[in-house]
Amino acid sequence: MSDDIKKGGSFLVEEATPESIFVPENFSSEQLMYAKTARDFIENEVIEKNDEIEEKNFEVSKALMAKAGELGLLMADVPEEYGGMGLDKASSALITESMSGQGSFSVIYGAHVGIATLPIVYYGTEEQKEKYLPGLADGTKIGAYCLTETGAGSDALAARTKAVLSEDGKYYILNGSKQFITNGGLAFSYIVFAKIDGEKFTAFILDRDTEGLKIGPEEHKMGIRGSSTTTVILEDAKVPVENVLGEVGQGHKIAFNVLNIGRFKLGAGSVGANKVCMQSALEYAMERKQFGKPISDFGMIREKLAEMYVRTYAAESAVYRTVGMIDTLALSAETSQAKINSIEEYSIECAIVKVLASEALDFVTDEYVQILGGYGFCSEYAAEKNYRDARINRIFEGTNEVNRLLIPAMLLRKGMKGELPLFQAATALQEELMGIPSFDLDEDLDLLAAEKKIVANLKKICLFVAGVAAQKFGTNLADQQMVLSRLADIAIKAYAAESTLVRALKDAANRGEEGAALPLAVARIYCENAIADCEKYAREALAGIEEGDALATMLAALRRLMRRTPANTLAARETIAAKLIQMERIVY
Amino acid sequence: MKILVPVRRVPNPDIKVRLKSDGSGVDTEGVNFLVNPFDEYAIEEAVQIVEKSGGEVVLVSIGTADCEETLRAGLALGALRGWLVETSEVLDSAAIADVLAAVYKEESPDLVITGKQSVDTDNNQAAQMLAAKLDLPQACFAFKVELGDGKATVEREIDGGLDVKEITLPAVITADLRLNQPRYAALPQIMKAKRKEVKKVSLGDLGVEAKSATKILGLSQPPARAAGQIVGSVEELVDKLVNDAKVL
Repeated sequence: MSDDIKKGGSFLVEEATPESIFVPENFSSEQLMYAKTARDFIENEVIEKNDEIEEKNFEVSKALMAKAGELGLLMADVPEEYGGMGLDKASSALITESMSGQGSFSVIYGAHVGIATLPIVYYGTEEQKEKYLPGLADGTKIGAYCLTETGAGSDALAARTKAVLSEDGKYYILNGSKQFITNGGLAFSYIVFAKIDGEKFTAFILDRDTEGLKIGPEEHKMGIRGSSTTTVILEDAKVPVENVLGEVGQGHKIAFNVLNIGRFKLGAGSVGANKVCMQSALEYAMERKQFGKPISDFGMIREKLAEMYVRTYAAESAVYRTVGMIDTLALSAETSQAKINSIEEYSIECAIVKVLASEALDFVTDEYVQILGGYGFCSEYAAEKNYRDARINRIFEGTNEVNRLLIPAMLLRKGMKGELPLFQAATALQEELMGIPSFDLDEDLDLLAAEKKIVANLKKICLFVAGVAAQKFGTNLADQQMVLSRLADIAIKAYAAESTLVRALKDAANRGEEGAALPLAVARIYCENAIADCEKYAREALAGIEEGDALATMLAALRRLMRRTPANTLAARETIAAKLIQMERIVY
Repeated sequence: MKILVPVRRVPNPDIKVRLKSDGSGVDTEGVNFLVNPFDEYAIEEAVQIVEKSGGEVVLVSIGTADCEETLRAGLALGALRGWLVETSEVLDSAAIADVLAAVYKEESPDLVITGKQSVDTDNNQAAQMLAAKLDLPQACFAFKVELGDGKATVEREIDGGLDVKEITLPAVITADLRLNQPRYAALPQIMKAKRKEVKKVSLGDLGVEAKSATKILGLSQPPARAAGQIVGSVEELVDKLVNDAKVL
C-alpha cells in the first residue's frame, strides 16, 4: 500500500493531516457542474411535481427517472462500456447529495443507483452487465433490491426464501416473500436473495415478468410516501440459472458490500437534505417577526441555526473524507472485485458516516420544524414533510443500532487479526495514563491547538474504554451491547471531530483565518461538544464494567484525558449565526 | 453554419448582491459564478440551429482565467469550441464590442447570437455596438428566430407588442427569455466539454486596445424601503399624503 492509502479504521491510531484527506473544497469544476445539473433538475423538474409524486403517481416518477437518465444522473457508478460514466465515488456521492430535496424521489433514485444497480456492476457476469446495466444507467428500467423478509430484517441471513434447482437443471424455483422493497411497484429488475436448498445464501436477478413473481400492495408510510414500498412474493418463480448473481453461497458478500456503498451514499444524501432544510429555516427565521423583530435576532434561534450548520458540516466532512479514502484505494484496483474490496476496507467508516449523517438529518429537520413553530407542524410547509421523510434514514441500510454494533466489532476484529495496532496502542496508552502526568499546559499555540488535543484524546478515550471492556469481557464483549453502543459513539465522535478539524485547518491554510472563520468556529464547537459527550459515554461504560477502587483508578485516568479549558462555544455559535444571517444564505 | 456566441461570466443571480464595505465593488465572497442566463438562451438557440442544419457553435468569453469555467459550462451545452480572451481589466460595453469584433474577424461566422444583456451590469449595449462596429444588421430581444437562405426572420418583443424583422446574414441577434428552453448540461457532455478546444489569447494577440471610455466611480445599495401603512379611508389617505408625506 502506498503512503496515501489509509487502512480502514486506522483513524483511531493515526493522525490525519490536511494533505491526506479529501474535502468538499477539493471538488473540480466538472464535479461542481455535475452537482449543478443535479440540483437544477431537482429544483426545476422534481419539486415541481411534488404533489403528483406524493400521491404515488408512479408514471410521473418513472418519467422523471428517465429524464434523470437522459441527463446522465444515473450513470456515475456504471462503467463506460455498459452505458455509464464510471466516475469516482466522490463524484457519485456529490451527485447523490445534490439529488436531495424531494425525499420520495431521492429514495427512488438512491435505491436504483445504489443497491439495485451496484450488485450487477460489481458481481455481474459479462452477459448480465450487458443485459441490465444500460437500461439501469439510462433510467428506462428501474431496479429494486430484495433482502428483507418478515422474519429477517436486521438479521438478514435468517432469510427463509428458498431456491431449488429444477430437474432439467435450467432454472431455480424460488419460493418466499420479501417485504419493504423500495421501488417494488415500479421496478423492471429485482436483486433477490434466497437460500439454495435452504442453505446456500445466494443472489439472483429477476425480471418483472418472471413467472411466479408478484408485487404486493403499497405500504402506507410515515414519510417518503411517494416512493414505492411493497412486498415481492415468489410463488414457484422460475429463474434461469444464468441469472444467479455472483457465486452460489456467496450472497452475503454481495448483500453486505453493497450496503457499505449504500451507507456512504445515504450519508451524502442526508447532507444534501440538511442543506436544503437549513436554507429554508434561515430564510423563515429572517422573515418571521415576533416582538417587533425577526426571530433570527433571538439568541435561541441563532443557536439553532448555528448547531444545524455545525452538525451538517461535520457530517459532510466525514462523508467526503471517507469517499476520498475509497477513491484513493480504488485507483490502485484493476478488477471490479478489487474495487468492491476497496469499499469493504472502509466498512467501519461507512457505518460511522451512516449513523452520523442520518442523526444530523434528524436533528436538522427537527429544529427546522421548531424554528417554524406552528407553521412547521402544518403540512402546507415543507418542514413537516422533511421531518417525516428524514426518519427512515435511521432505519434502512442497516439500522443505526446494527451499524453501531458493527463499528466496535469490526475494529476489534481488525485489532485481533493484527491489521490495526489497536492493542499496542491501548497498552501504550495504559502506561501513559498510569505514569506521572506531564504538566505541559497547552503551550502549543498553533491554530486550533486545543482542538487537536481534544481529537487525540477522543481517540485515546475510545482505545482506553475498548481496552478495559475487552479485558473484562473477552470474547463475551459481543453480548455487551450497551457498552458497545457507547464505544461506537465515541469512535463516531472521534472520526467526525477529526474530519471537521482537519478540514477547517485545510481551509484556513487556503483562505486564512478570517476567510475560514466559520469552519474554524465549527471545529471549536464540534470538538468541545464531542469531548463533553464522550466523557459521559466513557464514564457510563466504565461504571458498567468496573466498580470500587478499580473504577476509581480508571475514572482518574479518564479525567486526565478530559483536562482542558472549554472553548467559548457560545461566541463561536454567534459567529456562525451572524454570518449566515448577514449573507442570507448558507455559506462556508 | 458557423455561429459565434459571446458568453459572460456573472455572479449567481439568485444570490442577493452585496457591496464591499467601501463601495468599491460587489462583494464576491462565497459567490458562485455562472454563465449569464440570457447567454444560455443564445447558446441553446445556436445549438438547435446547428443540430438541425449542421455547422458549429463557437463561444467567446472575455475576462480572467476563471472564464474558462464559464466556457466549459457553455461547451457542455453543445458548443464545439471556445475563445478565451484573457484580461484582468474591467471593460465597458464599447470595449467589449471592440474585442468581440476582433474575434469576429478571426472567425468570420454567419451569425452572432448572444444574450440581450448580462445580469450583472445590465447594460444591454455590447451586442448593438458590435453590430454597429461591424456594420452588420441587428435584431435584439428575439423570441423567435427562423433562418432562410442568407437571411433570418426574427420576431422580437418590444414595448407594447411584437415586431418582426427580416435581416440579411451575417447579423447580430440578441436572445430574450422566451426564445427557447435552455437544456441542462448532461453529465457525459460535461465530461466531453473538458476535452474541447479553448483558445486562449490576450488583447494584444487580437491587436485590440479595448480602452474603456467609461469608469465606475462608485456603487451603492438602493435605500431600504420604509414600512407601509394601511389607511382606513380615502380621507385619511389624502390627509396623510398632504400632511405626512407632503406630496400633494
